[in-house]
Amino acid sequence: MIRTTELTKFYGGHPAIRGLTFEAAPREILGFLGPNGAGKTTTMRILAGFMPPTDGRAEVAGFDVVEESLEVRRRVGYLPETVPLYPDLSVTEYLTYMGSLRRVPQLEGRIEQVLEEVGLIERSESYIGNLSKGLRQRVGLAQALLHQPEVLILDEPTIGLDPAQIIEVRRLIQQLGQERTVLLSTHILSEAQQLCDRVLIINKGRIAAEDTPANLQAQLAGAEQFIVRVRPLEDAVVAAIAGVHGVARALREGEAGEVRVESRPGHDVRGDVARAVVESGADLLELRPASVSLEAIFLQLTREDAPGSEGLA
Amino acid sequence: MRTIWTIASREFRHYFVSPIAYAAAFFLFLVLGILFYVSISFGMQTGQIPPDGRIVMGPMVTLLLLTTPFLTMRLIAEEAGTGTLELLLTAPIRDGELVVGKWLGAMGFVGLLLGVTWIYPIILHRMTTPGIDQGVLLVAYLGVLLMMSAIVATGVLVSGLFRNGLAAGFATLAVILLLWVIGGLASGYGGVNEVIRYLSFGDHLYDSLFQGVLDLGDILYFVSLTVLALFVAARVVESRRWR
Repeated sequence: MIRTTELTKFYGGHPAIRGLTFEAAPREILGFLGPNGAGKTTTMRILAGFMPPTDGRAEVAGFDVVEESLEVRRRVGYLPETVPLYPDLSVTEYLTYMGSLRRVPQLEGRIEQVLEEVGLIERSESYIGNLSKGLRQRVGLAQALLHQPEVLILDEPTIGLDPAQIIEVRRLIQQLGQERTVLLSTHILSEAQQLCDRVLIINKGRIAAEDTPANLQAQLAGAEQFIVRVRPLEDAVVAAIAGVHGVARALREGEAGEVRVESRPGHDVRGDVARAVVESGADLLELRPASVSLEAIFLQLTREDAPGSEGLA
Repeated sequence: MRTIWTIASREFRHYFVSPIAYAAAFFLFLVLGILFYVSISFGMQTGQIPPDGRIVMGPMVTLLLLTTPFLTMRLIAEEAGTGTLELLLTAPIRDGELVVGKWLGAMGFVGLLLGVTWIYPIILHRMTTPGIDQGVLLVAYLGVLLMMSAIVATGVLVSGLFRNGLAAGFATLAVILLLWVIGGLASGYGGVNEVIRYLSFGDHLYDSLFQGVLDLGDILYFVSLTVLALFVAARVVESRRWR
């Protein structure tokens, strides 16, 4: 449904994305994961027909985004990061305007359907300027869905929402993904883990990893990780832990005096680590298992010259 | 065509919720009303009211030159600033349709303002015998409408260059005033002077259409200026994609 080859975009002399090649199948929810400035928005803008790439090709629903831009735009529903709304219009007026620009047949009925879908039916006559951020996000989604696009591109769809709204929007996206291809970007890892069939981690304009959330996790499994909380946390203590036989690495984490310890496969080092802490003169306050989350993979991949990133990419 | 109409009617309706449009209309009608009152009461004292609609239209043209930039400034600049332009540029519409729609919507509002000013010639017609020459009046209004079409198109073009409405407004004002006074820069005759004089708004309006003379060359001047400005405006919007 979406296919890019060596997609590249330069702003002036600065590369935003470099040689992105990926695909998204029909009815797949593909997640774009990456830190801010990684090139997620740039890629989405190219796919939505907003701007052409500097180099490389992109196809959406079988149409080239440069050569057949209008055809692509007819088939894509796009929700930019800053939801583009006209505050002087009511929800219905806004959707009527967008729908007539897109020549949606039987517009009135379709607007009602979409409002039902995103849960805005009671606010259809409200002025957009008076709506809360969460409701505006839903108006933006309604706009993207109005013409029943084959591909839905959502740039940070849950950013700035409160937890209850986030859950609602996620549920909606999951529903939408059952009928169409969804490309969504996020920098919230649990979101990608929860929503996406496949995740593409991009960093500095390149693809750092690409797999299902489960597979990405499995790549780091085997090695066991746990968290040790000690007081006082001094470099000497960390060094002592790292020196224990069977410990692959020990890294300070957070500010609560915690150390993330990763053991080599097949070694249970917890007892030795506890002894090492006490022997180095510190108190051992806590020792708990840490599940390897997508977060760990993400941090590892996006860290400068991360060791082991080649293995995953 | 339908797309252009959709955009135009949205822009036209937007003027009725825009405080700037009301302020501009207020300014226009207040000053025109005062000028009209003054010239009529002066005419009553001397016993002579000039039977000529242009006693209002002269100052009206100047006032329109000053207010139109503030009616066109937000057309594209505001959408670029708030991000709604991204929505329009990812909708299946051509850049040209967007630009022409914006122009048409603004022209609708300007045309409405012009229509309302028709009230002064009507009053004048009733107060004088034998009344005013309707033919001259009609051609003069056509001339003003054509000039406004070029000015609004210029406004759309300049608005496309900015992300801030007010900046676009003042830049438009500068461009229009330049086109307005540029004729004065031409001293003497010869190639460059002729070109400069040709570019000037005033020469194409006051010497012909305003006098009731339907000059095809002058009509063509305003029409081609409109088309050229809208063409460049479409390219400017397109270039936003490459930036």
